Amino acid sequence: MTKPLVATGHFTGCFGCHMSLLDIDERILDLVQLVEFDKSPINDIKTFNRPVDIGIIEGGVSNSENVEFLREFRKYCKILVAIGSCALTGGVPAMRNTVPLKECLQEAYLDGPTIVNGVIPNDPELPILLDRVYPCHEVVKIDYFLPGCPPSGDTLFNAIVALLKGDALALPYELVKYD
Amino acid sequence: MSKDAVTFTIDGVEVKAKPDQTIMEAADAAGIYIPRLCYHKDLLPGGHCRVCTVRVNGRPANACTFPVNSGIVVENDTEELKALRRDIIEMLFVEGNHYCPSCEASGKCELQAMAYRLELLTPQMPYAWPKRELDATHPDVYLDRDRCILCGRCVRASVQLDGKRVFGFENRGAQKRIAVDSATGMGDTDLSAKDRAASICPTGCLTIKRQGYLTPVGKRPYDKVPIGSDIEKKQAAG
Ligand code: SF4
Ligand code: SF4
Ligand code: SF4
Ligand code: FES
Repeated sequence: MTKPLVATGHFTGCFGCHMSLLDIDERILDLVQLVEFDKSPINDIKTFNRPVDIGIIEGGVSNSENVEFLREFRKYCKILVAIGSCALTGGVPAMRNTVPLKECLQEAYLDGPTIVNGVIPNDPELPILLDRVYPCHEVVKIDYFLPGCPPSGDTLFNAIVALLKGDALALPYELVKYD
Repeated sequence: MSKDAVTFTIDGVEVKAKPDQTIMEAADAAGIYIPRLCYHKDLLPGGHCRVCTVRVNGRPANACTFPVNSGIVVENDTEELKALRRDIIEMLFVEGNHYCPSCEASGKCELQAMAYRLELLTPQMPYAWPKRELDATHPDVYLDRDRCILCGRCVRASVQLDGKRVFGFENRGAQKRIAVDSATGMGDTDLSAKDRAASICPTGCLTIKRQGYLTPVGKRPYDKVPIGSDIEKKQAAG
């Protein structure tokens, strides 16, 4: 029997959630027995070319590239799991959401106290920033949410194993945290 | 218990109470936890948040303001009420700006703890991202309105416990906000960091400066046990 395929994706986050995935320590060996990793920053596979069973995504949606890749995840993954505060709520990057984008750019690239001859980056290669940082579920349908900043290795491991086995996801109280 | 004690039931459990108690007070004394946010045992009840909604003889009522009465049938821990309470908590999250990972109240915040207790994995209602004004003018206390849930505890504590009038509400509806008794900011009010009002906020809206993040993760009040466990322990102990 072929092993279920898992992909992981990183959007507007700090990579801490991926670090937490590695924080399951030696259980990562159990995990690679259970699944095969497809597209993921961990193995540097960059494109989808087959359907994937479980997609795990970190980070909120702050620019056009995030939107495009998140939609791609939704298209290729049967089950999409958002992990961490950034993916679930926008998180710390969403602190810019109450300040108009123009003011953010102005402060970061033109008026900040350490800036000399500033310019707002405008290379056509750069993704376009969105007006806000959006939680993933405001862009595509998300099937499961795992909160935390980051969710602990235990939370991620328990949840992934439950999903693979088709068990109900019952996390103990101390594993459900918003920070 | 005096002869004029009243007897009623909460979720089928018989509870004895003094006639002048509210349902909330009687439940607390009996070791039954009714979720709440704006209620505080040292304050007169405000009845603002409705998280304590129970059914009394089938009709919804605030447990924190509703007086006990002989023979009333109170429903508290039901799936229906839990879902309604969860909706209120979810609305409070999306109506404000709550960045829990960077908030000094995280782990001891009663709003967050209520979300955990009611098993809200994440708010999914549309976020409002309101523009809220921060007041850092006081030398010892912050007022970060992003985190205000308009529970009125600070308003009541200032009047009822501190004998002052530092806080009040202004405007109505979506524009309602917590105001301070000075046009130039909280620094120009007679608030002291020692006032009860300064440390009675259930969230991280009012916080004492230079006290943030002192308790390590894992040792904060709601890291290991749900909010309300202290009240329920009383029942377990008999
Ligand atoms: S949720 Fe926390 S750990 Fe995860 S990406 Fe965001 S900031 Fe990093
Ligand atoms: S006040 Fe509570 S809910 Fe709001 S950000 Fe702080 S910890 Fe989270
Ligand atoms: S500042 Fe705190 S105590 Fe006062 S109304 Fe807001 S949330 Fe309640
Ligand atoms: S606790 Fe009763 S209305 Fe808020």
